[in-house]
Order: sequence, then structure tokens, then C-alpha cells
Amino acid sequence: MPSVAGDEELIDLVYTEARLIDEKRLEQWYELYAEDGRYWMPLTRDQKSPTTENSLMYEDKLLLQVRIQRLRSPNAHSQAQPSWCQHVLQAPSIEDRGSISGIAVLRTAFLYVESRRDDQQVYAGVAWHHLKREGAGLVILLKKVELVNCEAALPSLQLFP
Amino acid sequence: MVNRFRDNPDAIRELLRGGEVHRDVYTDEELFELEMQRVWRAAWVYVGHDSQVPAAGDYYATDIGGQPLLMTRSQDGELRVLYNRCAHRGAKVVSAVSGNCGGILRCPYHGWTYRLDGTLRTVPLRSGYAGTGLDESSAALGLGSVPALANHRGFVFVRLSREGRTFREYFGDSLSSIDNLADRSPSGRLEIVGAPLRYLHACNWKMFIENLNDTMHPMVAHESSAGTARDLWKGHPPEARKPMVIEQFLPFVSNYDFFDQMGVKIYDHGHSYTGVNFSIHSAYSAMPEYEALMEQAYGPERARAILSEIRHNTVFYPSLTIKGAIQTIRVVRPLAVDRTLVESYTLRLVGAPEALLERSIMYNRLINSPASVVGHDDMHCYRQIQEGLAAGPNEWVSICRNYSPADEDRGIAGTYNGTSEVSVRGQFRAWIAAMTADWEER
Repeated sequence: MPSVAGDEELIDLVYTEARLIDEKRLEQWYELYAEDGRYWMPLTRDQKSPTTENSLMYEDKLLLQVRIQRLRSPNAHSQAQPSWCQHVLQAPSIEDRGSISGIAVLRTAFLYVESRRDDQQVYAGVAWHHLKREGAGLVILLKKVELVNCEAALPSLQLFP
Repeated sequence: MVNRFRDNPDAIRELLRGGEVHRDVYTDEELFELEMQRVWRAAWVYVGHDSQVPAAGDYYATDIGGQPLLMTRSQDGELRVLYNRCAHRGAKVVSAVSGNCGGILRCPYHGWTYRLDGTLRTVPLRSGYAGTGLDESSAALGLGSVPALANHRGFVFVRLSREGRTFREYFGDSLSSIDNLADRSPSGRLEIVGAPLRYLHACNWKMFIENLNDTMHPMVAHESSAGTARDLWKGHPPEARKPMVIEQFLPFVSNYDFFDQMGVKIYDHGHSYTGVNFSIHSAYSAMPEYEALMEQAYGPERARAILSEIRHNTVFYPSLTIKGAIQTIRVVRPLAVDRTLVESYTLRLVGAPEALLERSIMYNRLINSPASVVGHDDMHCYRQIQEGLAAGPNEWVSICRNYSPADEDRGIAGTYNGTSEVSVRGQFRAWIAAMTADWEER
């Protein structure tokens, strides 16, 4: 099997994914995920399981939909004063082109800023994207976000690092 | 700092008047300092679970009311809680949160060593202390153990004041909630699983504790999260098998009648639980494999009795809240008058199918993570209170739902309708009592 996609297409998806979050084009962002796609933010370093150990986030598409719809809801008082975020990505490196598994794996170091009026939080970490081909395009099977301070006591984190 | 309250018990008593409490209890720094010295020292405070130190040499470090403590397991299997403070110059002897120290605790500064019971073992170049009186000094006492410790079915509590109520006097029958949690394990054993979710709350610790048995907020505050999940599920027939996420979210937006009928049980000294009759965990899907294991372990009748006790939150005032039905506990650690750390742990029912653990893990993540949408709803309201209290001439916070002036003349223990604010009043009764007790003697 050849690579899942050309290098440029793989890398572009990682940049696009972050940009859609930052611009709050969340319905479009949601569409990037495969039907069985997951967004995972582990709680500990080298965490093995998202289902038998606590995680900061482990979202299937239903949960992502709850979050996106909630952010649009007039009842979401914690967002009456909205949060905004900005990803600053290092160039993604292609760890696996998926020529055997059919799943390409990219690693991207990032800085992430989430801000709500006078509060600003800064996070750093590494994002892993597992991508596969679906029809004409690429979809995200897994985005795993490893925060460098995942084990710290954290304040409300309301958007998507 | 102005001392308005330290030597003035009457001023403290005036903070609670019937169905109102003064805003200072949430915002005043002197009161915060005093409650760390008085409420948190007179109370039996949760330290950790004994499964966090399973083997000889294991330790687990935590802070209670600003004091660093250390839970250890010694070679003889004995569990102890020591002060994490070198007898020499005061450094914390243990630096990590948990680990195994072999058999000896060694201070990182000058290398004084201690046994796991806290006694002083060696001092480098001991000859330098000949004739200095070291052996008669405070340092000779080593790390020192806390004055009182109790291990109730794996839940380890300490009392930091020398005098005070016994463990049983303090908690009374509220311990039945811990019993029910432990009984839900076919083996009777529980284990802490992995790391806790650690959510920094920008509010006074009492707001968090009060919210646990506040049943008038979910249908309002959680309309945005659980209500959105409900809306997304709309259109499915009632008999359709719900995804676990939906099953866990939906009950949060039950109606007032549901929460009122749930009932709340109040104990002396600030403890309480909601869910006397049923709770938001009652309608979860059955787990036949688990129920069969329970019947095997306890017999059908006893197994049914254990599993039909489906409580909501139990508050072990002031430091621990538990949810036996979903094996989740939340540990409260005040950091400052307007900062509180809440650590949420998942417990494994040893011997039960993995599916139960997966359900508990999902619940903890959905509700207690710093990235939880339900958590965001609550945290936002606490913050609104913390800031809102500073406004205007109204210095009082209303806690009078289902209050009667006649309550003043009777004990508060009993069973009430679920939407009553009686649990908050019970907490403040306990708080005033501890804050005004005669502290010089302790």
C-alpha cells in the first residue's frame, strides 16, 4: 500500500484542524473527524488507556457535538463572555506514512493559548494526529493531545487544545 | 490583617442568623485562616485511600489545611500518617507525591533519616551533637504522627487536634455511605485507579461542598451541558438503548419534583447525603454479570439490599464527598479564601467486571475534569458568587429554603425533602461550633 496521502496533504490537515478551532468554525472542524474518530487528552504521561484510566478529555463524535452545540447555546453562561484560543504549531513531522497500516501518524509540538477577557492560560504540548483516507479526503481517526502539564491542577479549560 | 474574629466568638456566631449567612464566610481572609486552624483541625479529614500505599515502604504525600502530611506503610504492614517535616530544619522530607522509600525516609537537605513510624533513626556526624541536648529537644521526637487516625474500610482520616470527638462520634451513621461503596465490591475491596482529575476552583471551598447536596441548581446550571445532550437525544424512542454518555448526562436535567422526591439525609457535624429514595444514578443500565457476582458473594437478599441503595452525593464535612453508586470520590483541599483544589478519584471494585470501571471513568471525566462541560457550568456559578458577593449593601446570603424559625430549638439530624437547603444550614451549624470552640486547650 502506498502512503495514505502525499506529505503536503497530511501536514495541511494538521494546520487546518488547528485553524478551524481557533476561528471557531467548529461544525467544519467536526467534519474532519471520522465517524469513529476520537479526541483524547490524557491525564498522565505515557497513559495507556483512555477508558480504564482518567483522562482530561476523551470525546467521541457525540460528545464533540454536545460541546459544539453547548458553545452556541445561550444557556452556556460560562461562555456568555466567550473564550478564544490560538494554536501556535511547530512544523508537523510525519512519523508514519501509513503504507502498512493505512493510518498515517503525525507529531506536532504546539503552544496553545486560551483566553477569556482578563484571564489567559498558556499550555504547551505535543499533538498526535492519526489520519486515514476516506473517499477523496483525509479524516482524523484520533487526535491525542499530550499537555506538558497534564498532571497539574488546572482551571477550566473550555475549548480544544 | 485586622483581627475581627480571632478573639471574638460572638462576632463569629453573628455570621449565621437563621436562614442567612454573612458573606464574610466566603471572602474574609481572617476567617479562612481561622477555619484552617479550627474547623479543619477539629474535623476528621480525609487523607487518602489505603490502596495508595499497598506495600511496605510506600508513601503518599498530601496537604491538609496548609500542613504537609505523609501516609506511610511500614514493614509490619502498619499504616501511619506523619507530618512531612524534618525535625532538623523543617524541610519536607518527601519530595514526590507518592513512591516507595525502601524502609527509610531521608531528608534531602542534611540527610537526617527516619523510620516509617516517624522516629528519628540517624543524624550525620552525630558526635557534633554530644552534650547539646538534642536528645531532649523537639527534634528527638522525629517527624511525629498525627494525634488521631482512623481507617474505615480503606478510607484514611485524621484529626489534627489532640482533643476532640472520636471518629465514630464525628461521622455517626454517615459512614454507611462508605460501607455501601465498599460493599459494592464483590471482594469487599476497593482500589484507587491511576491519577485523580485535579480541578482548580477559583472560589471558596464551602461553595463547592454546599453544591454537592444542592438539588435546585442542576436543571438551571446544567441546562447548557446536560440539556444539550438531552436535545441531541430527542427523537429517539424511550426504549432505545442510550449511549452511556446520554445515560449519564440526562438525569442532571430531571425536573424539580425528581430532585425533591430524592430526599436528603442530614447528620450532625455537617455531614449529609442526597438520594435517600433514589438518585440520578438509579436508571443506569443493568449489569447482569456484575449482579450475579454480587449474589455469589453476598447471597441474593443482601446483594439486592446493597445495590438498591443508590445515593447521590455524601458529604463527609469538610474534606470528602463520595458517590458510592458510581465509585467516584472528590477530595476538597482549600488553598486560599478564594482558591480550592478538588481532586476526583475513581475507585475500582476489586473483582467486578471491567465494564463498571469504564462507566466510573467516563462519569469522572464527564463531570469532574477541568475540561468537563458540567464542571464549567458549576465553576462559572461559584466564580459569579465569589465576585458577586462584593456588591452593594446586602451582606447576607440566603439559605432559608424550607427553613423554619422553630428549627433553632432542635437538632438538625433527620430526613428532609430533597430540594431543602437544610444541608447548607447543617454545615454552618458545624462550622460555627468548631469556629467558636475553646481552642486554647488544644
